[in-house]
Amino acid sequence: MRGLAKRFGEKIAVDGISLDVPPGSFFGIVGPNGAGKTTTLFMATGLLRPDFGTALVHGIDVWAEPLAAKKLMGILPDGVKLFDRLTGEQLITYAGLLRGMDRDVVASRVGELLDAMDLARDAGTLVVDYSAGMTKKIALATALIHAPRLLVLDEPFEAVDPVSAANIRSILDSYVASGGTVIVSSHVMDLVQRMCDHVAVVAGGRLLAAGTIDEVRAGASLEDRFVQLVGGRSRTEGLEWLRTF
Amino acid sequence: MVAHLLRLKLTLLRNGFRRSPWQLVGLAIAGLYALGLVGTLVVALVLLRTADPALVQTAVVLGGSAAVLGWAVVPVVASATDMTLDPARFTSFAIPMKQMLAGLALGGLIGVPGLATTLVALATVVTWSRGVLPVLGALAGAVLGVLTCVVVAKVVTTATASLASSRRFRDISAVAFMVPLVLLGPIIAGVGQGISNSTAFLPDLARALSWTPLGAPWALAGDLHAGESGPAALKLLVSCAAIAVLAWCWKLLLERALVTPPYAGTGKRKGSRLGLLGLLPAVPAGAVMARSLTYWFRDPRYSGSLVVIPLLPVVLVFQGAQTGDYFSLAFLAPISAFIIAWSISADVSYDNTAFALHLATGVSGVADRLGRALACLAFALPVVVVFAVGYSGFTGDWTGLPGQLGLSLGILFTGLGLASVVSARYTVAVPLPGDSPFKKPPGNVGQTLAVQFGGMLVLLVLVLPEAALVIAQLVTGNGLFGWINLVAGPALGLVLFVAGVRLGGKWLDARGPELLAQVAVNR
Repeated sequence: MRGLAKRFGEKIAVDGISLDVPPGSFFGIVGPNGAGKTTTLFMATGLLRPDFGTALVHGIDVWAEPLAAKKLMGILPDGVKLFDRLTGEQLITYAGLLRGMDRDVVASRVGELLDAMDLARDAGTLVVDYSAGMTKKIALATALIHAPRLLVLDEPFEAVDPVSAANIRSILDSYVASGGTVIVSSHVMDLVQRMCDHVAVVAGGRLLAAGTIDEVRAGASLEDRFVQLVGGRSRTEGLEWLRTF
Repeated sequence: MVAHLLRLKLTLLRNGFRRSPWQLVGLAIAGLYALGLVGTLVVALVLLRTADPALVQTAVVLGGSAAVLGWAVVPVVASATDMTLDPARFTSFAIPMKQMLAGLALGGLIGVPGLATTLVALATVVTWSRGVLPVLGALAGAVLGVLTCVVVAKVVTTATASLASSRRFRDISAVAFMVPLVLLGPIIAGVGQGISNSTAFLPDLARALSWTPLGAPWALAGDLHAGESGPAALKLLVSCAAIAVLAWCWKLLLERALVTPPYAGTGKRKGSRLGLLGLLPAVPAGAVMARSLTYWFRDPRYSGSLVVIPLLPVVLVFQGAQTGDYFSLAFLAPISAFIIAWSISADVSYDNTAFALHLATGVSGVADRLGRALACLAFALPVVVVFAVGYSGFTGDWTGLPGQLGLSLGILFTGLGLASVVSARYTVAVPLPGDSPFKKPPGNVGQTLAVQFGGMLVLLVLVLPEAALVIAQLVTGNGLFGWINLVAGPALGLVLFVAGVRLGGKWLDARGPELLAQVAVNR
């Protein structure tokens, strides 16, 4: 990503973020709420046109050659709706067919994905009737169907139960081990510290730190380092009245 | 606390405008419409001041009863038109029930319908300014009447809200409500005819209604003017008791609603079934077509308009039976073609942010356009042909069929092409996915109107050749024009269809991210 920037009216959401994600890395992007994580990832994946800057995926400019770049990427955007009047199975199949994949390949991959996500029993249920966690998992499956080289996942573990989260993590781990690249955004520091090998800290639309986990946390825990970088942690004094119930 | 709730309602209204100035335009249009209606009614009520008291009493009681009935029925049809002060959102705040009821009731008056009802109700005070007692009676009646309206609406919404929390019920009811709505014209005409045949019956109806909670508040002033203070007192009692009972019902329902969060019903189907996705060709356009067709049947926002189509001939035949002239039936096929074709002009707006999937997968714009248009064509083509042939069969005049078919198919193809372009460039305000088709859509009403009217005008120009041929046939009586139309209409339409899909696809490729940003505003 090179100098990505986006303004919404008066508000500058992302203010020139440049970031190198090494191929084959498990890259975490952390930041407080409203830091511009989602906007950055939208711009990097071709869903939102940046005001300045661009993003390259394996040397292909996302905004100059969107089709070629999108072939390489699997995207799980946060906060967008799904075609939820389809069943889970139909939705994944739909995503595969939209990518121009062969029907038989799609069919076999859909079966495996449903099993991996522990959704095989609910394959025939409309996505609109899914729980929040199941919806997240089915959206993840639609991002995986075409075997992308780069996975961009925005808040993939929100509302997902621990067992499924562990399953997804092991899927992602083996994906990275075989050479794939994963970018996840999260504000669960603990998860990022355990899961990722690289991390970037974003706040107020700017990049505060980036590098391997060990470089960024510099001996402290990632959470303490994050709070230190982002600042804004108010003293724990005050709110005395909260103890006067 | 009551003042707090009112302030909250006003703040929500104001913040809505801050999000998009077009909302202000929408409110202004609704306001102008209401102003016209209110103005007419107020003038009528002022003029009635000098009319015969018995006549005035009948008019006011019937009008008032209709208003109360309207407040009771409209929220059901519109399934929760205004949920900005949804009681469920106050669950976690411990607000005393009494104050909450008062706040929500008064909050219901803020908005166009509430203000309009209040103004008209207060105008009855002028009508009855024929003495101190009638004025006082009218004032009390207006307050009680408006209160009844609001509380009735709240009882109905709260009762149906708990019922309507299951998605399946919502889907089915939304589509089912379409039927009486479309048949509204014939129903009103029938009722109107019945009433005009028995005008003598109206005063009796008013007298009967004045003893029910519907009409009681509106009858107070008239009774006092006639010097019948006994019945007036009883009616005051009826009205107060009705409000008390309704308020009590509302309180019970609300208390229950606050502790039973909505439960989403689940319909589960075993086994793997791909439906249309497994049947249509496994190419992007085929997938889009299968998805769109699935939505036409599964999403009430689409299937609602699907239900309307078979009702159209019913309405037109009824109209013809009343006037004895079935000429309007000749427009059935062209109009159906237009309605169906134009319905996909808001397709991307209906997708809302689910459109991100199309963008993320990089599906080509042409495949996207073509899939949606073909899905629509799959059922539109048979419907239009059946309607056109059916009309000729109905009238027994087969000479007009070629021209009729040419015009209808021309409109269908041209409309689909144009709609493919329009929906690739402009978004319009539509109900969000999962919402009732009747729900007031969020967002820019002004732009919606501009896009819709502009698009229809362009379509009108594009089908001029076909229309001219039909007129030529009608004027000269020469059947040749019809046969020319049968060839030229579909041919010209297909050319425009292909051009529309191409151009729409090109625009979609170029401006996909901007389109997504536009629909993302309304979510």
